[in-house]
Amino acid sequence: MSDDGTKKVALIASQGTLDWAYPPFILASTAAALDMEVAVFFTFYGLPLLCKDLKAKVSPHANPAMPMKMPFGPKGFQDFQWPIPNAVSGVVPGFDTFATSMMKKQFKNKGVATIEELREACVELEVKLIACQMTMDVFGFKREDFIDGIDLGGAATFLEFAADSDVSLFI
Amino acid sequence: MSDITPTQELDARGLNCPLPVHRTKQAIKGLESGDVLKVIASDPGSVADMAAFSRRTHHEILDQSEGDGEFVFFFKVK
Repeated sequence: MSDDGTKKVALIASQGTLDWAYPPFILASTAAALDMEVAVFFTFYGLPLLCKDLKAKVSPHANPAMPMKMPFGPKGFQDFQWPIPNAVSGVVPGFDTFATSMMKKQFKNKGVATIEELREACVELEVKLIACQMTMDVFGFKREDFIDGIDLGGAATFLEFAADSDVSLFI
Repeated sequence: MSDITPTQELDARGLNCPLPVHRTKQAIKGLESGDVLKVIASDPGSVADMAAFSRRTHHEILDQSEGDGEFVFFFKVK
């Protein structure tokens, strides 16, 4: 907790697929909307979520429990769960791109915000977005690859904030 | 129907979690203490979420109702 009693939320975003991008941005932006002080540390595969050009996709092959449904057509068609064998999702070129566009359409149909919108809300609500300096060096990212309004830092930077936080999650 | 006259009205219908809460927060930012914000949402999850938002931010819910798949909240700005 801060000295003035404000609740603090410390999150680590370690995954960069579209589905994994939602939890940190939803929680961070909403915590800030609830007058909490929030920091998100973007490390390893979570780091590209700070890139100006967001390319996050879903990966059905790596997530066999992902419901495979179509976001258009009659209700019976939309409710049908497509049994896509791993042998198909793993080898068909562009399968992730196709599944990603279906997922994005479904989100839009259901009134779910895009990652870009949630990230913008985080910046507006003054969420501290910290890019992991070590991950930048390892994967060759530069400061100018990222959106404005972020900080660079390392484990100690995050832990100093997290040490007196009320909520701390590794995502 | 509530007889409270809102200062401002927010249509959050069609939006899903967490957008109704976000839009409410944004709208309240532009209002002054004592003003009343009316929010209309269609997300059933907003009933629990608006209550949580109110408890944490101390913007009081003066009145709320639901019907025809819509949920209406009256917030008094702190």
